[in-house]
Amino acid sequence: MITSFVFKALDRRAIWVIAVLVGLAVLVPLLNLALPAGHPLHVPNYAISLMGKYLTYALLALALDLVWGYCGILSLGHGAFFALGGYAMGMYLMRQIGARGVYGDPVLPDFMVFLNWQELPWFWYGFDQFWFAAIMIVLVPGALAFVFGWFAFRSRVTGVYLSIITQAMTYALLLAFFRNEMGFGGNNGLTDFKDILGYAIQADTTRAALFSASALALAAAFLICSGIVRSKFGKVLVAVRDAESRSRFFGYRVENVKLFVFVVSAMMAGVAGALYVPQVGIINPGEFAPANSIEVVIWTAVGGRGTLVGPIVGAVLVNAGKSVFTAAFPEFWLFALGALFVAVTLFLPKGIVGALSGLATRRPRRPAPVIRDAAGEAAE
Amino acid sequence: MTKTAKGSLLYLDGVSVAFDGFKAINNLSLVLEPGEMRAIIGPNGAGKTTMMDIVTGKTRPDTGDVIFDGEVDLTRHDETDIAALGIGRKFQKPTVFESHTVEDNLELALDRRRGVFATLFYDQTQKDREAIDRILETTRLTARRHERAANLSHGQKQWLEIGMLLAQNPKLLLVDEPVAGMTDAETEETARLLREIAQNHSVVVVEHDMGFVRELDVKVTVLAEGSVLAEGSLDHVSNDSKVIENYLGR
Ligand SMILES: Nc1ncnc2c1ncn2[C@@H]1O[C@H](COP(=O)(O)OP(=O)(O)OP(=O)(O)O)[C@@H](O)[C@H]1O
Ligand SMILES: [Mg+2]
Repeated sequence: MITSFVFKALDRRAIWVIAVLVGLAVLVPLLNLALPAGHPLHVPNYAISLMGKYLTYALLALALDLVWGYCGILSLGHGAFFALGGYAMGMYLMRQIGARGVYGDPVLPDFMVFLNWQELPWFWYGFDQFWFAAIMIVLVPGALAFVFGWFAFRSRVTGVYLSIITQAMTYALLLAFFRNEMGFGGNNGLTDFKDILGYAIQADTTRAALFSASALALAAAFLICSGIVRSKFGKVLVAVRDAESRSRFFGYRVENVKLFVFVVSAMMAGVAGALYVPQVGIINPGEFAPANSIEVVIWTAVGGRGTLVGPIVGAVLVNAGKSVFTAAFPEFWLFALGALFVAVTLFLPKGIVGALSGLATRRPRRPAPVIRDAAGEAAE
Repeated sequence: MTKTAKGSLLYLDGVSVAFDGFKAINNLSLVLEPGEMRAIIGPNGAGKTTMMDIVTGKTRPDTGDVIFDGEVDLTRHDETDIAALGIGRKFQKPTVFESHTVEDNLELALDRRRGVFATLFYDQTQKDREAIDRILETTRLTARRHERAANLSHGQKQWLEIGMLLAQNPKLLLVDEPVAGMTDAETEETARLLREIAQNHSVVVVEHDMGFVRELDVKVTVLAEGSVLAEGSLDHVSNDSKVIENYLGR
């Protein structure tokens, strides 16, 4: 059962993507750690964290592609699942600081001492354990997606209306997390992390390991997504995307179909957020900003939705572009991004990967098989 | 109510539905026996499609009973449930999954477990393959099995949808205008196909094409303005004065 799922998942494209990611997970840290700084192939430290961050964005875009590209659910709130995963990781990292904080409280994070809190709120319990945080990283975004999807899909909210309420969801969380009373560090969020699993978070080796973890997480998620879309369930997803009502008349429970992918996708987004936070060193409510979720849609569209590879390519390219662009002309980035989105929508509706694979399949043109159509046969 | 419904496959009694005050279905009653094939004719806007919408759970009637299999109250179920109970439907405008291949369309329609995990871990068995092959033969789509459904001709899409109904293997098939837009040869072929299907399924066919209805050679119900105008053999109803006035004579 599981083996045949994995077997189907590993088509040629998936094998390539996974091989490249595993290769990167091994090679990049080697080039960073084993080569001296002056060596032409040396990967500098700053680049490792930057690329690691891109990979977490790629994972987020991949998660979005599963729901948007294959099931037609245009979520404009995936940044919320990413941020929740990030906060779960941030809470673990905060509790690892222990008595090394500015106020030296062995249990309470600095911001709680600053707010004169006497004891740890109940929802911070357990986050001193990595295994607990790891569960929460997938459970919290998954649970939110489940509750949200349960109501939205059951009431048959679709299209633009669904997109709008996903925006509202992430905006509501933005406002909530800004409040100090919520107990997540308010405006400033969670930061000043010291170590992760006992290793100093700033150490070169830790950074390299986080990069590898991001690449491997992306590879694993790709395998899962590929398995899902290549299964019969994946065909049901596309059927729901293209003709939702028709699939109901064939006996498919559309709301369950949507709920399942939405929850899986939210969990992946949560993992992405959890890997992002230790690499950038901070999580704050800004991550819930509605604009962030919209950016993910742009990465996915640019790379090519409904391709799984596309969103990875799109996320890396657009963010690499952003890094270069914002260094040169910081005020113009949003305009450039908007222009890119418009250009892709107009000229590359299937995105970069969609256009490339269109070229690839067109080239080896086999002679069209001679088909006697039904009308011809019936007339005989 | 269920007393009279006993023994019937589909039982509609006193069904009415209004859209913004306009009565699309008006006190409609109709009984279909198990194994029966029925043709429904009537002018445009008579409510034929709306009747199918009611039976398949797309539209809820304002009043009246809709009973399936002598006991199941269909007004309490949604589209998915009703499909699972064994009612399949072909739409007036052929509706297939365009971006899937012909073969995948049939696989999706095939009468197998439809849950999330059942489909996630589904493996096509030899039996499933054979069933799909057989339907491809019956609907003459074997040569196009790997073609995307979007690339089929209009007539082929109609046939694919009928093939999907065969795969779904429901107890009752509701077929809305299966020969609209078909050539004469295709129409004849479709009549053959439907008669074949009727051998082991109950079928309701809505159609305007009188030649086609004659070819089916089954009991006919004439609908007009949301209710039954006449019922009986085609010859019987086509000699009915009300039918001539309301429909045939126009
Ligand atoms: N959802 C709806 N909302 C409003 N009016 C509707 C709706 N569905 C059907 N109607 C109206 O109900 C009437 C019956 O329509 P229906 O489609 O059932 O007719 P029909 O017998 O199938 O006609 P045709 O032969 O043209 O297919 C029409 O006047 C139609 O405009
Ligand atoms: Mg109609």
